[in-house]
Amino acid sequence: MSVDISVNGEVTTAYINGEIDHHSAASIRTAIDNAAELNMPSLLILDFTRVSFMDSSGIGLVMGRYRNLSRRGAKIHITGTSPQIYKVMQLSGIEKIATIDECKK
Amino acid sequence: MKIINKFSMTMSSRSANEGFARATVAAFAAQLDPTLEEINDIKTAVSEAVTNCIVHAYREEIGKIYISGEITDTNVIKIKIRDKGCGIEDIETAMQPKYTSVGGERAGLGFTVMQCFMDSIHVRSCVEKGTTVILTKKISHRYISNG
Ligand SMILES: Nc1ncnc2c1ncn2[C@@H]1O[C@H](COP(=O)(O)OP(=O)(O)O)[C@@H](O)[C@H]1O
Ligand SMILES: [Mg+2]
Repeated sequence: MSVDISVNGEVTTAYINGEIDHHSAASIRTAIDNAAELNMPSLLILDFTRVSFMDSSGIGLVMGRYRNLSRRGAKIHITGTSPQIYKVMQLSGIEKIATIDECKK
Repeated sequence: MKIINKFSMTMSSRSANEGFARATVAAFAAQLDPTLEEINDIKTAVSEAVTNCIVHAYREEIGKIYISGEITDTNVIKIKIRDKGCGIEDIETAMQPKYTSVGGERAGLGFTVMQCFMDSIHVRSCVEKGTTVILTKKISHRYISNG
């Protein structure tokens, strides 16, 4: 598990690698929160292209980042989800708190 | 209906075992020649049930998680996940979407995932004795094998 961060002006992108479950969520959370604190983005993009599995811990992860960022009006965008991840995301009504791209095939 | 294969295993309630548990059950389910979507549904549901044992059942301790599975000649997989942890006082409330008894970043969607991704879920629980979750799913017949 790892997170790569790229910053482009007001946009911070977090490229998450590996599997997201309760075991890995804590370190992913720390990596994203550190980057958000440092760069103060107005848009945080969560890129799931290299995530091979996600359970509901991933929903908790997105909701937690939303709680932090929405306080100062920043937004979240989700991209690169596999059909498995997209299916989990859809159960949660995530589109109420973030924009999400259609999943890749 | 005949059971054609079974397995059982016991593991410590360490979070590092979440990935191990879902991968093992997925490998067992592969005998039924499931689609990728079916395999992912099973993996996700098992991940939720096992995580609940680790996070909730054995909150302050490391205990044992008992996982067993069987497949039938009617292409059904049944997976049982059992703990001897704290138990659930009110199962109906616990299963409500977005209900979580702990703060932090739990989404309260574990049971919802299990319900939506499997054909059926049965939960038995006794406070201070533990919880058993039984998940079943019928795998679509892509071809008939006589193995
Ligand atoms: N094996 C278990 N032992 C004790 N309590 C459990 C167990 N599984 C679930 N629960 C209870 O049911 C609630 C809902 O579980 P779930 O839907 O997976 O959401 P979450 O894990 O995000 O809290 C938990 O918050 C917990 O109170
Ligand atoms: Mg859970």
